[in-house]
Amino acid sequence: MVDAVTRQKLFGTPEIHFLNCTKGWKSWAFTLDHKRIGIMYLIGVTIALFLAGIFALVLRSHLFKFDSKMLSDDMYNQMFTLHGAVMVFSFIIPSIPAALGNLVLPMMLGAKDVAFPRLNLASFYLWIIGTGCLLLAILSGRGLDTGWTFYTPYSIDTNTGVIYATFGAFVLGFSSIFTGLNFLVTVNTMRLKGQGWFKLPLFLWSLYATAIIQVLATPVLGITLLMLIAEKTMHIGIFDAKYGGDPVLFQHFFWFYSHPAVYIMILPAMGVISELISVYSQKRIFGYSFIAFSSVAIALLGFLVWGHHMFTSGQSQVVTLIFSAITFTVAIPSAVKVFNWLATLYKGSILLNTPMCYALSFIFLFGIGGLTGLFLGALSTDIHLHDTYFVVAHFHFVMVGGTLTALLGGLFHWWPKFFGRMYNDLLGRVGCFLVFSGFNLTFFPQFVMGSRGMPRRYASYDPEFLPFHQLSTIGAFVLGIGILISFIVLVYAAFKGPRCGSNPFRAASLEWQSSSPPDFHNFVHSPVLNDPYDFDSQVYDDELDTYISREFADPTKVPPRTEPVHH
Amino acid sequence: MNWQIPLMLAQSTDNLEELRKRTAAISLDGTTVPDSALVRDGTSNPFSTEYWFPTQASSFAAEVDFLYMAVFWISLVFFVAIVGVMIYFCIKYRRKGDVIAPQPSPSHNTAIEILWSVLPSILLVWIFYVGAESYFDMRIPREDAEEIHVTAKQFAWIFTYPDGDQTAELHLVRDRPAKLILQSEDVLHSFFVPAFRQKMDVVPGRYTYAYVNPTQSGQYRLSCNEYCGTGHSKMKTMCEVHDTVDDRKNNTKWIKADHQPWENGKRTYQIQCSGCHKVNGEKATGPALNLIWGIDEKLMTGQTVKVDEQYILDSIWEPAKDVVDGFGPVTKMNSFKGILNQNDVNDIIAYLKKLKEESPAQ
Repeated sequence: MVDAVTRQKLFGTPEIHFLNCTKGWKSWAFTLDHKRIGIMYLIGVTIALFLAGIFALVLRSHLFKFDSKMLSDDMYNQMFTLHGAVMVFSFIIPSIPAALGNLVLPMMLGAKDVAFPRLNLASFYLWIIGTGCLLLAILSGRGLDTGWTFYTPYSIDTNTGVIYATFGAFVLGFSSIFTGLNFLVTVNTMRLKGQGWFKLPLFLWSLYATAIIQVLATPVLGITLLMLIAEKTMHIGIFDAKYGGDPVLFQHFFWFYSHPAVYIMILPAMGVISELISVYSQKRIFGYSFIAFSSVAIALLGFLVWGHHMFTSGQSQVVTLIFSAITFTVAIPSAVKVFNWLATLYKGSILLNTPMCYALSFIFLFGIGGLTGLFLGALSTDIHLHDTYFVVAHFHFVMVGGTLTALLGGLFHWWPKFFGRMYNDLLGRVGCFLVFSGFNLTFFPQFVMGSRGMPRRYASYDPEFLPFHQLSTIGAFVLGIGILISFIVLVYAAFKGPRCGSNPFRAASLEWQSSSPPDFHNFVHSPVLNDPYDFDSQVYDDELDTYISREFADPTKVPPRTEPVHH
Repeated sequence: MNWQIPLMLAQSTDNLEELRKRTAAISLDGTTVPDSALVRDGTSNPFSTEYWFPTQASSFAAEVDFLYMAVFWISLVFFVAIVGVMIYFCIKYRRKGDVIAPQPSPSHNTAIEILWSVLPSILLVWIFYVGAESYFDMRIPREDAEEIHVTAKQFAWIFTYPDGDQTAELHLVRDRPAKLILQSEDVLHSFFVPAFRQKMDVVPGRYTYAYVNPTQSGQYRLSCNEYCGTGHSKMKTMCEVHDTVDDRKNNTKWIKADHQPWENGKRTYQIQCSGCHKVNGEKATGPALNLIWGIDEKLMTGQTVKVDEQYILDSIWEPAKDVVDGFGPVTKMNSFKGILNQNDVNDIIAYLKKLKEESPAQ
């Protein structure tokens, strides 16, 4: 039983919270607080996104004109390399796990922090160093022109800053491992008493599955990049045929990491979507255990399909056949998730606010991204489509249409929690609409170009492709404007938005039991364990104008339960 | 940026020709290279094969297109169903007024969940099967295929025909299957002719091959599809399919070779190899070479290996890799890497083939 004064203290907007409890740059630079580290990560990945986004817009501007002279061939190659490398290593891989995950994961467990706060801060500093090394390739004046895949032997022959960049990616790998390790230990050891695995929000299942991949696969990337540096400096003879090595071996090593890395990018996004769909339908997620296990299945199967990047590489035909077969098995758990999300919408109470609009966009875009994967998993069609714009479009639908959309949706969902202020929902939805339509306009024409035989990484093209390239460029700018609007809406809300209560969306997972913004210690009370998808456990409190747990509410005003409690 | 004008330009066929002339310099022999993206009739209907694909110019192109369109329709049905259901639910069940609680509905249903996991699996197995079947059609060359050596280098292609002639574009004959043996002089490249739906990486230090049986004469775009450095996007040429062998002979600008490849190979053999390898069937320091082409050679490890391009290259560059039974336990041959390059090895291979052909039937 809790009185109104205590309720105000627990759930009212606090004067002192994690954002202002200490001041000065040192209080941020040396903080061990997972929320502050999460926000610093968020700022970091946003800078990386804008940087890599500008590279992308330069590329698209170049391709807008036929026979364009805007960039030299060499500059074009450098642009797409840096766009890819910065996007993949500095933005997408850390985006949801390290930024959103850091903010939310401990609080979903009712914990004060992650298991290893110092490791967490070290991870962020490694991110800075790694990204710095990547960018040193530009500052050194040499640039980088290998493509983000660093394929040998070209990466060994070229005089551009491959060593800086691969060392940067190597360091970023450690940053990723630190985060993954931290999350594994935190979820294993720091759950609230009584919070079994099947009472975890699905976002945590997906972060856990992601962390398994980060810890198991990233070391392979590390050793591969070190061997690449050794080959380049000492010619030890592993990856370059000139010295007795084999370029295909490099591709095996590289994709042994980089394919699972695709799931590092998409699994957390799927977790975010599971949360959003459920909260904004106010309905228990449909088929919890199927979604949870499909995350683990995707994580494990993801280790067995790297060869599907290499159907034309010269690997044996038998191996190619086997990789194609296993690739199709990954399609099942992904499809299961989509069907479960749809079933969650059924008879829900659907609120079409900004985060939900992003979640619905995700289903649309990931649907296309996933289904076009079928064309690439099948052998004969892949032979034709491999390394064309079709592939470019396919993975952008998954990486941008999937991960970036989910990141934005997740940010809009958790923003009021961490800043205690509400954003302008209308402008948020305008941003979402521009992101969605701009994205489709950019990448849909690329499917047509790819099928008709436009190779990727080409600085020039044949005249037949002109209209498609132009649509694509226009779309890219619309997409850029959409992201910019979302950015402005969020930043404005963080400083000037109207105050909101602790749980404006009636979400039931534990992080919403803290005040908004949360206290430095996350919770000033022991959070009450409840089922993360039992929304009936949250009741409206008119004094606080927000939703709080039944246990804390005024018993005279609590409505009866509308659904039986699940156990 | 004034984007309307080029957009309109691209719509008119006359201007297409003009634009194409601007890229014509790319072609080495000065001809205007047509683009593979040229679509067949009915370009504006996105539900037709013709919309998505260039001309079908090889024996397996139709199979690839069939699978593509099958997957296209399957995807379209699933996508329309998913998005349709999503939009319908969002309209029907959108939150109205202050009522936040949803209507009661089940939170799981094992039967339906197993059903929607298993049913798509059946379709996936079918897609895999059809894809694999046509993959083998694309990968297994016919016995009588003409063997053409393709050398890729930054940023050009050289095509060497069985008689030693060379060209800068690929010249094939309609209905005459060709096995293209690919080799790289420097970095990774990839051989890609969209009209054939065929693609294969060109890997330094290895031989790879691509197989094609052209079924329609014409000129098609041939491009490098694996990023290979600064001039990657200039590494384009064309593949011309002639109606008959005579047409090809007469209408092609040949770069004449001084000698037949096997003659060069014989000379190289006499200088470099004849000290240890005989061509009269007798065993010397090393095995005799006159009959080995194409056989299954027994190795000291007990395994057998087919004597093909890769085996010959390996034996010359890395003699310790596959030691023939009876010549072990340590090979007495030194590596010829740095002495013989891949083109020298090609000549030797041509000589080995010649020896095999000329030997009396076994």
